[in-house]
Amino acid sequence: MSKYLVRRLLISIPVLAGISLILFIVLAMAPGDPFEELATNPNVPPEVRANLRHQFGLDDPIPVRYLRWFTSMMKGDWGFSFVSRVDVGTLIMQRLPTTLWVLGLAQLLGLLVALPIGIYSAMRPYSFFDQLTTTLAFIGFSLPTFFTGILFILFFSIYLDWLPFIYRADISATGWRWYWENLRQAIMPVAVLGLFQGASMTRFVRSAVLEVIRLDYINTARAKGLSERVTILKHVVRNALIPVVTLVALQIPGIFTGAVITEQIFRVPGVGSLLISSILANDTPVIMAITFVFACLVVVFNLLADLLYGWLDPRISYR
Amino acid sequence: MSAPPPNGAATQTVTRAVTLVGRRPSDTLWSETWRRFRKHRLAALGAAVLLVMVVAVVVGPFVYRVPIDEIDFKAKLQGPSWAHPLGTDDLGQDLLARMLYGGRISLAVGVAAMLIAIIAGTLIGALAGQMGGTTDHALMRLTDLFLSLPTLPLLLLLVYLFRDSLKKALGPEMGVFILVVIVIGGLRWMPVARLVRAQFLSLREKEFVEAARSLGAAPLRQVVRHVLPNAVGPVIVAGTIDVAAAIIAESSLSFLGLGFPPDIPTWGRILFDAKDNLDFAPHWALFPGTAIFLTVLSINYIGDGLRDALDPRKVLSSASTGQDAGPAAAAGS
Repeated sequence: MSKYLVRRLLISIPVLAGISLILFIVLAMAPGDPFEELATNPNVPPEVRANLRHQFGLDDPIPVRYLRWFTSMMKGDWGFSFVSRVDVGTLIMQRLPTTLWVLGLAQLLGLLVALPIGIYSAMRPYSFFDQLTTTLAFIGFSLPTFFTGILFILFFSIYLDWLPFIYRADISATGWRWYWENLRQAIMPVAVLGLFQGASMTRFVRSAVLEVIRLDYINTARAKGLSERVTILKHVVRNALIPVVTLVALQIPGIFTGAVITEQIFRVPGVGSLLISSILANDTPVIMAITFVFACLVVVFNLLADLLYGWLDPRISYR
Repeated sequence: MSAPPPNGAATQTVTRAVTLVGRRPSDTLWSETWRRFRKHRLAALGAAVLLVMVVAVVVGPFVYRVPIDEIDFKAKLQGPSWAHPLGTDDLGQDLLARMLYGGRISLAVGVAAMLIAIIAGTLIGALAGQMGGTTDHALMRLTDLFLSLPTLPLLLLLVYLFRDSLKKALGPEMGVFILVVIVIGGLRWMPVARLVRAQFLSLREKEFVEAARSLGAAPLRQVVRHVLPNAVGPVIVAGTIDVAAAIIAESSLSFLGLGFPPDIPTWGRILFDAKDNLDFAPHWALFPGTAIFLTVLSINYIGDGLRDALDPRKVLSSASTGQDAGPAAAAGS
């Protein structure tokens, strides 16, 4: 097991290096210049611009720039934003809590929807309930988040006027009111993301439970006279949830990218909206850092999913 | 059938098979698939809806001849009426005309990106599965690497960075179209490659391929005539789902303002323009959003139906659709 872990960790290093190299080459090949603004500004003489470029090492050959970037990245020094002159690490850290709060709640909502519905419809396959939820799940993952977001805003903010449709990080209220306001403005982004995740998870939970519920040991449990509740919760669900746990781990990076869209609709000041605004402003260090953080998350959660799977399911052996 | 059957049961099976074949002499693989596909009612409905959409966007602009960029400030932000069946936008442009025109591009992006993903994935998967050894290992590492790339950020980045230079080279519409299609397709071939490789690994050892090999068929003939036709089912299913995912990806890009420019009104782009006017012109957002939703839903159902129809072992519909739980859910992941 520990040998496997070490090997997996060693494999992830070239993967991460490869990803960072691809990202870096893409950015280096691209047209566009962070000092474009200075170039069009008549008050800045060209020498100053050249000096600035030199100072930031933008004129060095690409391999040199890549190595410099990669080593400082490893040391935890992510450079600073061209636009806001703030340390990239600080900038991301400012935005991260909001994103994590919204995403965590969304994933939780997804699970709360998917687990009971998936289990119940697998207990009665092809019943009315099962067909209804299967249809709803299909609708759920065919509705793109940007359209669900718009529908929610139309209904809950404009028609009913219940919820605010702009997410604010600087709520002035204090105490309980602060919590209440935060919860209220998180409802729509969380619901949009959570229901989208929940829809595909429901299908997955259903098929996982269906696969287990047909096995002989479940018949044995029933024959022993165990109640249906105990059979389902202690015997079926425990085994059926093994692949579901892996799926949840594998979905987490995907939900981060889903957050980019949701944050844009509801103007949530999170990492996703930071990425969009940095792309529009040509802010290379921030773009690099965020994309690389996303890539790291994919690799880390893939590894985590593999390990969890082996830990939960003793039938899997590591060679 | 020269060898005598070993026992009665086998004889029975053989005669039953023979009568089955006898009853339907015209049964080819595809007519059989089609028969099973029609049984999946929602898939058939999805196919019908999609067909209507395709006919509408292909023929529509010839029948409904209102220009897409006729500005009329007197009629701006109007709801549906006889003059403008789907209403107008903030410049008084007719939404039905824009949606018919933009739908062509949205659907074309989906199909073209799917083709790129399928062709690249099949080539890489077939190469890895057939060659084995170092080639296989290297190609699979490449696949893993691409799977670890964060798709949406990279998509945004590539389109933003290369949009202007391609626009200059190929004109605004073609340039962005090619860029979007290549980028979306280029980030979606990995599942197909894995699928095809797995099919190759198992089919390569099957008796009928061995028979072809022992008869002296060249490797290329073995692959093209014997292995590929048998691996095509899952690829078709994956391809169907990829069309839906590509349509969502394009709409997401346009919705974030990084896809097509405003004079090319794809459905996502119309939504992007409409989202700041929700309180007084909801129809502007509702129609293109519904169009995207209906298209994606239909395609997902078609994919579900094809999966059942193409897999002879899985006659009992979607009882165990395991890993494919969320087809289009992977739009951003």
